[in-house]
Amino acid sequence: MKKMIALLAAGILSSLFLAGCGKSNNENTLKVLNYGKYMEPKVLELFEEETGIHVEYDEYETPEGMYTKHKAGAINYDLICTSDYMIEKLINEEEVLEINFDNIPGRANLDETYFQFSKAFDPENKYSMPYFFGTVGILYNKNMVDENDMNSWSCLWNEKYSGQIIMSNSVRDSFMAALKYKGYSLNTTDEAQLREAQEILKNQVPLVYSYLVDEAQDEMIAENAAMALVYSGEAGLAMDLNENLGYSIPQEGSNVWIDSWFMPKTARHKENAEKFLDFLCREDIAALNFDYVYYATPNTALFESLSPELQQNTTIFPPKEVLNSCEVLKSLDEEATNLYNELWKEIKSGD
Amino acid sequence: MKGRWRWMNKLKRQLLAGPYLIWIIGFVLLPVIVILYYAMTNSDSGFTLSNVLAIGEPIHLKALFLSLRLALICTVICLILSYPLAMILSSLRKKHQNLIVFIFILPMWMNFMLRILAWRMLLNNNGVINTLLNTLGLPSLDILNTPTAVVFCMVYDFLPFMILPIYNSMARISKDVIEAARDLGANNVTIFFKIIMPLTFSGVISGIIMVFVPALTSFAISDLLGGGKVMLIGNVIEQAFMQQYNWNLGSGLSVVLMIFVIVSMAFMSSRDNEGGGAGVW
Repeated sequence: MKKMIALLAAGILSSLFLAGCGKSNNENTLKVLNYGKYMEPKVLELFEEETGIHVEYDEYETPEGMYTKHKAGAINYDLICTSDYMIEKLINEEEVLEINFDNIPGRANLDETYFQFSKAFDPENKYSMPYFFGTVGILYNKNMVDENDMNSWSCLWNEKYSGQIIMSNSVRDSFMAALKYKGYSLNTTDEAQLREAQEILKNQVPLVYSYLVDEAQDEMIAENAAMALVYSGEAGLAMDLNENLGYSIPQEGSNVWIDSWFMPKTARHKENAEKFLDFLCREDIAALNFDYVYYATPNTALFESLSPELQQNTTIFPPKEVLNSCEVLKSLDEEATNLYNELWKEIKSGD
Repeated sequence: MKGRWRWMNKLKRQLLAGPYLIWIIGFVLLPVIVILYYAMTNSDSGFTLSNVLAIGEPIHLKALFLSLRLALICTVICLILSYPLAMILSSLRKKHQNLIVFIFILPMWMNFMLRILAWRMLLNNNGVINTLLNTLGLPSLDILNTPTAVVFCMVYDFLPFMILPIYNSMARISKDVIEAARDLGANNVTIFFKIIMPLTFSGVISGIIMVFVPALTSFAISDLLGGGKVMLIGNVIEQAFMQQYNWNLGSGLSVVLMIFVIVSMAFMSSRDNEGGGAGVW
């Protein structure tokens, strides 16, 4: 018994000690959480110089990782950047603060189109501000495929390319390709449509070289496969490293993703966060970030200042008509999520 | 006075055990309790057994049986490779023994993930092995993204865990025992079956446990070398946590897997009459 009490006391003491560490006395700060390698480090320095606000910058790898980090609540972030469906999830959980766009005159620099897209996850555009966006499409090797085949999702089911296709190891991305190929919405919860998509994904298994997520671009650079389902950001990077690669968004439409900023409920420095958002909208700052990240920017002021060559780079900036056939991923309710996961597991286990 | 002294001594000893206790409670007991809690509840934290019983679903059963099969194959291959090797090793001069054991441990200095990724690179369509085979005019080796590659890498990764315990028990056999047997007229076969085998049994048992258990629960190897096409129970659990956010299902299946691990360890230890040899309990 005595031992137990001693242990308990030790536990309480140590937790008190740890809690004490978390407190920061500096009030003029801003705590930012962002994807890894998703902001030019100089931007933070410039912001600190111009405003005198000290920025504590933190990074994460996956939206799921961010969710756990934020939920754990050890650090009260003021500003977080993450992907569309994750923002929707957090809005639904009432974890997000409204942004006062009156404090962000720089918003005028952002293209209204992307606020329209954002309505899929933030219906009144109250909670989020777009940072970068892109698409999902097919990264292919020009020497190994007929480029005309790449305009349709049917290429992923083409027996000609058996054993050379890399599919995504993520449920939603793989279903997206199948659903769009069949002409359905990528956010469908209709069981019949999903079963149809599952059927063709099952038929596809023998043709698939492997199911990958992050490694897909490496395999394509090493020319181990003919085509892969990837995000446009990865495609751009891979094409820089291997000039035989090309990227296409099939005409049936695809998924457009938007990474946006939001303020979590636990934010302590709301004004600083808004100042920072305004700062990010500035053309010169957006340019620094664009050069560093190289994803499509929603900043029209910046877009207009880019070289025509870059403006016409369809890998980074998808053409408007393609964008119109694209949809934003919406987070699904628990029932639909379970259905997707069950169907996906059946595909993967070969049943 | 004397009593007080003894009491102080006892307290000191207890204090020394403190860090170990905190470690065990914080990093072993508590996590297991948390897993059990998640396993026995649903997303609204109501009591349910469905997460544990979910192992009965065809997909999960299939993954579990595949895991058991691959782990078994891997263990058998490791055993077949390690036993003769340990015998050869223990017959060498001490200096050479140390060198060879060192060479076997050397790959373990490298990160586990790096080793798996390296095998991916080697086995690729355009990888080192296939390029070599093709230049020699031989057909390509298409084992990447199949269960074969997974077993192959498991054997590669877990082999030292089989060799070392067998080698250790082999090295402990005193030369005098074997010489005595020989004096009494035993031939090599008799010596092997009557002396070497029984005396290395505990080493074999702990080797089997140390290979079988990680092989059964592994998910990284099947993920990277199976190309997402080899679904082991470890992958099902990983997906439940990382992709489905279904911690309850993941924990439920983990509990089932834990039961399998504990049962196999208990079974193996019960075979080990020498007691304590397995060193895992």
